[in-house]
Amino acid sequence: MVDRYLEDGIIEGRLDDDAYEQNFADAYPPLDKHEALVAADRCYFCYDAPCVTACPTAIDIPKFIRQISTGNVDGSARTIFEQNILGGMCARVCPTETLCEQACVRETAEGKPVQIGLLQRHATDHAMRNDRQYFARAEDTGKSIAVVGAGPAGLACAHRLAMKGHKVVLYDANPKAGGLNEYGIATYKSVDQFAQHEVDYVTSIGGIEIVNDSRLGEQLSIDGLLKQHDAVFLGIGLGGVNALGVEGDGDEAVASAVDFIADLRQADRFAKVPVGRRVLVIGGGMTAIDVATQARLLGAQDVTIAYRRGRENMNASHVEQNQSSSKGVNIRHWMMPAEVTKTSSGALEVKMEFTELSGGKLKGTGKFQTIEVDQLFTAIGQTLASGDAIGSIAVEGGRISVDDEFRTSNPSVWAGGDCVAAGEDLTVTAVAQGRDAAESIHAALSA
Amino acid sequence: MADLRNDFVGIKSPNPFWLASAPPTDKEYNVVRAFKAGWGGVVWKTLGLDPHIVNVGGPRYGAIWGADRRLLGLNNIELITDRPLDVNLQEIKSVKRAWPDRALVTSLMVPCEEPCWEDILRQVEDTECDGVELNFGCPHGMSERGMGAAVGQVPEYIEMVTRWAKANTRMPVIVKLTPNITDVRYPARAAKAGGADAVSLINTISSIVSVDLDQMAPQPTIDGKGTHGGYCGPAVKPIALNMVASIARDPETADIPISGIGGVTTWRDAAEFITLGAGNVQVCTAAMTYGFKIIEELVEGLEQWMDTAGHANLDSIHGRAVPNVTEWQYLNLNYTTKARIDQDSCIKCGRCHIACEDTSHQAITNLVDGERRFEVIDEECVGCNLCVNVCPVENCITMDQIPAGDLDKRTGQDVPSEYGNWTTHPNNPMSDAAE
Repeated sequence: MVDRYLEDGIIEGRLDDDAYEQNFADAYPPLDKHEALVAADRCYFCYDAPCVTACPTAIDIPKFIRQISTGNVDGSARTIFEQNILGGMCARVCPTETLCEQACVRETAEGKPVQIGLLQRHATDHAMRNDRQYFARAEDTGKSIAVVGAGPAGLACAHRLAMKGHKVVLYDANPKAGGLNEYGIATYKSVDQFAQHEVDYVTSIGGIEIVNDSRLGEQLSIDGLLKQHDAVFLGIGLGGVNALGVEGDGDEAVASAVDFIADLRQADRFAKVPVGRRVLVIGGGMTAIDVATQARLLGAQDVTIAYRRGRENMNASHVEQNQSSSKGVNIRHWMMPAEVTKTSSGALEVKMEFTELSGGKLKGTGKFQTIEVDQLFTAIGQTLASGDAIGSIAVEGGRISVDDEFRTSNPSVWAGGDCVAAGEDLTVTAVAQGRDAAESIHAALSA
Repeated sequence: MADLRNDFVGIKSPNPFWLASAPPTDKEYNVVRAFKAGWGGVVWKTLGLDPHIVNVGGPRYGAIWGADRRLLGLNNIELITDRPLDVNLQEIKSVKRAWPDRALVTSLMVPCEEPCWEDILRQVEDTECDGVELNFGCPHGMSERGMGAAVGQVPEYIEMVTRWAKANTRMPVIVKLTPNITDVRYPARAAKAGGADAVSLINTISSIVSVDLDQMAPQPTIDGKGTHGGYCGPAVKPIALNMVASIARDPETADIPISGIGGVTTWRDAAEFITLGAGNVQVCTAAMTYGFKIIEELVEGLEQWMDTAGHANLDSIHGRAVPNVTEWQYLNLNYTTKARIDQDSCIKCGRCHIACEDTSHQAITNLVDGERRFEVIDEECVGCNLCVNVCPVENCITMDQIPAGDLDKRTGQDVPSEYGNWTTHPNNPMSDAAE
């Protein structure tokens, strides 16, 4: 342990390089061939399998597992990619414990589901490592579609449109494509630049042009796009973050968890990412877990997540919570921030109010505790960025309103992923929506 | 504690588990390890005349596997012992002296000429081993030279060679039968006619276990070629049980002692062989898969079951299931069962449904009131048992008997109380009733 571990303040290089290396290694290492065969053997090849029903992209899981067990790993990858071209990332980041693996009959039977996520990774890693391409573009249709946002929804949409023979221009506000896969996933879930490899793999089907640094409302407008393209798909995510809305939340030591996660992903060296000795994270979702866990891994000595409700109300799955706790994160419930003040030494004093349910409504108890920290992260939800220039497109509950084919109120504009008011905010849901929107766009343009 | 001591044609062993003539009994080192582990006896790997045969230098075995790569069937192209006769004889003598309480039987295979048998039997007798087993079974390598299965497939040869053996030794003679025939009763009768003290079966089954799809050749593959081998292991147990029962039920051979061989892996397998008429059992593949230590489970499991079921010794279970083996036409066609699915233990995999729906009688639901639920439809269920066999949870699905007098919803008739079989069934053109 190096000396800087115990220093107060938000500083770089709390750990030595070996410790960083170890801390940010692959969180769930891949199965080798033998492990995959043993894991695959446990699948019962269920009829109308509950795991498939639980998968937002409806991958034929019993089939791909059976293909692994018969030595047809290529066929297995094809089965996965047919439904989910981002099956590689989903295998890494899906909360399988609340999706396919929760539904697995062996979870019912033995409390130990088939390791579906790791098996999916085994097959997709094989395909991507060997650059196996299973899909080819159909004959060019002469149609062009603007896909705005190169995250999971946009990539899935672009790939499916390319398969259908359409030309796609994939615009993204950031310097790199990938969206949250590139900027929003905890580092240890996507090691070795996997997000960029996946972008390359998906776009290698051809017919997809990526245009970076182009933001809707700045370089791009829907009207402008519709002049150049036959249709538009919006996969713009949620660009804005919610503020705490308490006194003192504007301090520079109060940071957005989303930005921190993105900066960490883009950092050349972990030693160059500053972090506090004492860190408090406000929130209860995956973002809160990811930022808290990574703060610990960067060398923060004392990391607490504070959530205003109980454990059972947290959006982060139990597996995520346990992963975080196992790294030394302290998760506290039933408290919310009331005020943030700066001490003379530069630390933050966060006055937390204990909460309770009263008549089904959450309210403060009037009792407080002050927590002194170096750094405060907010992870209390994201919003459709203001001024996203979606124009007159209808919105509900702060997100773009879509029908069951992901058509917006503008007949030439479709949308999917976190920016729409449908489904959970998961990579796999975004992929399903992008894919299905592409089918709808194709049907509309073919009519 | 149940008494497992075994007396097989006068050969005594502390338990009924012998290692079969095979690689595990090829030499003193292995056999001593087996005896130390607790095996009741061994049949020494088959001796032949010098010059001794040679084995292939490449792979000798192939296999099929179940889930988790459990070995279910083993195929081998190894021949009889590839060591000089003298070496084997000396070791047999030494082992028998050191282990007088264990059964030690020597397996033999020499050409079909009486002097050959006379010569080797005299030498084997000098070892003071307990008996000989005539290997009329090996389906590969030796049969092409007129030995092994080539003898076992011709009842007249079996009788002739058995008679020579009996004429040239005072030792008990066990005749090992090949399953590579159409009706095992004929070779068994021939062995008896030749004076055999016992038969042992089954030897391995002719087989090609798999094909190497890169080399386009059977496995095990020797320099690009393969050949049929002898198949054994858990996969062959049902075939062996049927053959053992056939001999035990045949009035002509019902009294000949049988040493049961074929896929014995657990104490339960052994108990099944013994209840179908085997006087003891021989084991090979299970030992080759797991090592000699399995004898502990075999012995303790058999004792535990016999104690629980109230069987004092092996005689009290020997042949007990034989009277209940019958021909299909004597099965009671009025006996009616329906599958029952215990919803508490059902894990909702749906395998029973799809097996029944796709391949059988459409008698299991997959949805009830829009919920995933698997229930038997009595109006369709023929009681076939397929659902029980494909269900991954033991005892989740059971076959319940419909009592006589109750309605069988499939036929719309009450279940008859009387016994009724095919021989008297009105649909049988040859039935007594139709006359």
